[in-house]
Amino acid sequence: MNVLFFEVSLLLYFLGTALFLSQLAGRLEGVSQSAFVIAGSAFFFHTLALVSRMIEGGHIPLTTMHEVLSFFSWALVLVFLVVELRYRIHILGSFILPLAFISLISAAALPKEIKALAPIFRNVWMHVTLSLLGTVAFAIAFVAGLMYLIQEHLLKSKHRNALYHKLPALDFLDDLNGKAISLGFPLLTLGIITGALFAEFTRGSFLNWNAEQIGALGTWLFYLVVLLGRVTVGWRAKRAAYLTVLGFAGVIFTLVGVLVKEHPFA
Amino acid sequence: MNIIIVGLNHRTAPVELRERLAVPESRLPEAVARLKGWPGVAEALILSTCNRVELYAVVKDTALGFESLREYFVKIAPTVSGEELVPYLYYFDGHDAIRHLFRVTSSLDSMVVGEPQILGQVKVAFDVALTQKTTGVVLNKVLKKAISVGKRVRSETGIAANAVSVSYAAVELAKKIFQNFAGKTVLLIGAGEMAKLAARHLMQAGMQNVMITTRNFELAVDVAKHFNGLPVPFNDFPEEMSNADIVICSTGAASYLVTAEDVQKALWTRRNRPMFLIDISVPRNIEPAVGAVDNAYLYNIDDLQGHVEKNLEQRRQEAMKAEDLVKDEVGLVTRWIKSLEVLPTILALRRKADDIQKGELERILSRLGPLTPRQRELVEELASAISNKLLHGALVALKAEADSTNGPLFTEIAQRLFDLEKEIEASQLKEAAEETRTVSPDDVH
Repeated sequence: MNVLFFEVSLLLYFLGTALFLSQLAGRLEGVSQSAFVIAGSAFFFHTLALVSRMIEGGHIPLTTMHEVLSFFSWALVLVFLVVELRYRIHILGSFILPLAFISLISAAALPKEIKALAPIFRNVWMHVTLSLLGTVAFAIAFVAGLMYLIQEHLLKSKHRNALYHKLPALDFLDDLNGKAISLGFPLLTLGIITGALFAEFTRGSFLNWNAEQIGALGTWLFYLVVLLGRVTVGWRAKRAAYLTVLGFAGVIFTLVGVLVKEHPFA
Repeated sequence: MNIIIVGLNHRTAPVELRERLAVPESRLPEAVARLKGWPGVAEALILSTCNRVELYAVVKDTALGFESLREYFVKIAPTVSGEELVPYLYYFDGHDAIRHLFRVTSSLDSMVVGEPQILGQVKVAFDVALTQKTTGVVLNKVLKKAISVGKRVRSETGIAANAVSVSYAAVELAKKIFQNFAGKTVLLIGAGEMAKLAARHLMQAGMQNVMITTRNFELAVDVAKHFNGLPVPFNDFPEEMSNADIVICSTGAASYLVTAEDVQKALWTRRNRPMFLIDISVPRNIEPAVGAVDNAYLYNIDDLQGHVEKNLEQRRQEAMKAEDLVKDEVGLVTRWIKSLEVLPTILALRRKADDIQKGELERILSRLGPLTPRQRELVEELASAISNKLLHGALVALKAEADSTNGPLFTEIAQRLFDLEKEIEASQLKEAAEETRTVSPDDVH
C-alpha cells in the first residue's frame, strides 16, 4: 500500500515540477494556482505513503536510504507549502519542487522493502530526524541564496525579464536565507550530538573519524562560520547567498557520500 | 433606435478649444437635461473630461440625430462659433459608437493608455444622467456594460500594469530590493522636482523616514518640513549616507558628489545591507563605479527612462489584447440592441394571438353548453394549436433576421401584416415607466 501511495505522489510531484518549471518562463497566473494544488495533493499522498509505511513496518521509517530521501522531500515540500501560504511567493515552488522531485526520484530508484530493525536501533530516528530537518533548512537557505544571486544579477545588469518580475525582493530573500540558517544550525547541532551519543551507546565511542562524521563536522563548522559571519561582521546579502549555495553543495556531497556507503544501521 | 456620439478629444482638438467646451461637473446635470430635451433625442449622456467632450444620445433617425447634436455642441460655449468647432468633431453611430465608448472606458482612447481616471469619469457622467433621468433602456445597458468592460480590460490584460513615469519606475525598482518600506530611510541629495516626486511616491508606498540635504541648508530645512523629514548639512551627508537605504540624487552640480569610496564606507558601516542609489541629475552626480560595488544598486536617468519605455511598449502590446476583448463585447451588445428592435414585435404578435384565442374560446364555449373537462381541454388545445402553428414560421423568421441588416425591414413588414403598431406603442410606454423605476444610481457601482 505504501508503495502505491508513494508512486502516486511521485507522479503528482512530477506534474507539479513540470508546471512550476513552465511557470518560470511564462507569465500565466493560473499556472501557479494549479501547480500549487497539484503540489498539495502530491504532499497528501506522500504523507499517506509515509504513515502507511510506518504502520506496515511498525517503526518510524527512517532506516533505509529510500526512507531518508523520501522524508527529506516530504519535509522540504511541507516547508514550501507553509511559506507559500504565508507569503504567496509563487516562484519558490519553481525552485523547491524540482529539488524535492530529484530527491524523491533518487529514493524511487533505491530498494523500497521495509527492513526489520534491530532493537538497538529503535531510537535512532531522533538523530536522523534532527539531522534531516537541519538539512531541509539548509536546502531552503540554498534556494533563497540561488534566487538572490539570480535577482541580484538581473538588477545589476539592468535586465528585466519575466523572471525579474516574479522573483521577490532582495531583502526578503536575504532574510529567508538568514532565518533558514539560524534554524538549520541548531537542528544539525542536536542531530550531531544525538548521533554521537548513539554511537557511544552502540559502538562505545562518540567519534571514530569515519567519513560520515568528518563530513558532518565539516558541514557544521562551515555553517557555524557562515552564521557567525552574518551576526558579527555583516556577511549578509550577496556573500551569504554565495556561501549558502556553496555550503549546500557540501551538504549534498556528505549526505550522498554517507548514505551510499553502508550507514551503520542500514 | 440608434446610439450616436458626437464629440472631440485630445487627438482631434487642441487644448485651447477643449478647455472652452468642457462642461464643469457642477453644470453637468443641467446640460444633460437640456440635451435630453433636444429635438429627436430619446436618451442622453454627456462625458466631459480635460481630454474629451462627448455627447451620447439614442435617436430614431441617425442623420437627424447627428444634426441635432452638432447644433447642441455649437451652443455649449458662446465664445466658440460653429465654423470654428465643426472641423474638430467626430461622429459615431451604432456598432462604431458602442466600440468607441468601450475603448474610452478601457482607456484605449486615452492619452496614456491604461490610465485609471477615465473609468471614474464615465461613472460620474452616468450617475449624473441617472439622477437626471436622461438615460433609458439602451444607454443604461450600454453604459453598465462599458464600465464592466473597462474593469475587465484592466484586470485581464496588463494594460494598467507597470510604471510609466520615471519617478514611479524608481519606486517599482526599489520594491525589488526592499520587500517593504516601513522602517526604511530615503536620502534626497538636492531637491529637484523629480526627486521630490519620487520621495512622495515612496512615502505613499510606506516609507517613513526622509533625510534631505542641499547646499543651501535653509532650503533643506524648508523641504524637510513638507516631508516631515530631517534636514542634513551638506558637508555631513557622506557620513549620514550609511543610514539611507535609498539615495536619490538630483542636483545641478557639475561633478560627482557621491563616489564609490563613499558608498563602500557606507556599506561597511551598515554591514552590507543593500543600498539603492538613483541618480536623476544631468550631468551625473553619482560616480558610475558605484554600480560595481557589491550590494549597491545604481540607476541613472537613462536606466529609469529605459524602464518606462519598456513598460510603455508592454502596455501597447497589452492594448492589442484589450482591443480584442472590446471587439467581442461590442459584438454582444450590438446583437442585444438589434434584438431589442425585433423583440417588441415578437411579443406583440404573441400577445395578439393570445387575445384572439381567448376571445374566440369564450364565445364558442358559452355557445357549446356544458362540456366534460376532457372535452373542454380538447377545444382549448385546438385553438392554441391553430394559432401557434400559423405564427411559427413568422416568429422563426423574425428571430433569425434580428441579427441581420434586414432586421428593421422584417419587423416593419410583420407589424404591417399583423397590424401591431398600437400594441407596441402601448407596451413601450409601460416598459419605459418600469425602467425609470428599476434603475437607480446605486446600480452603476
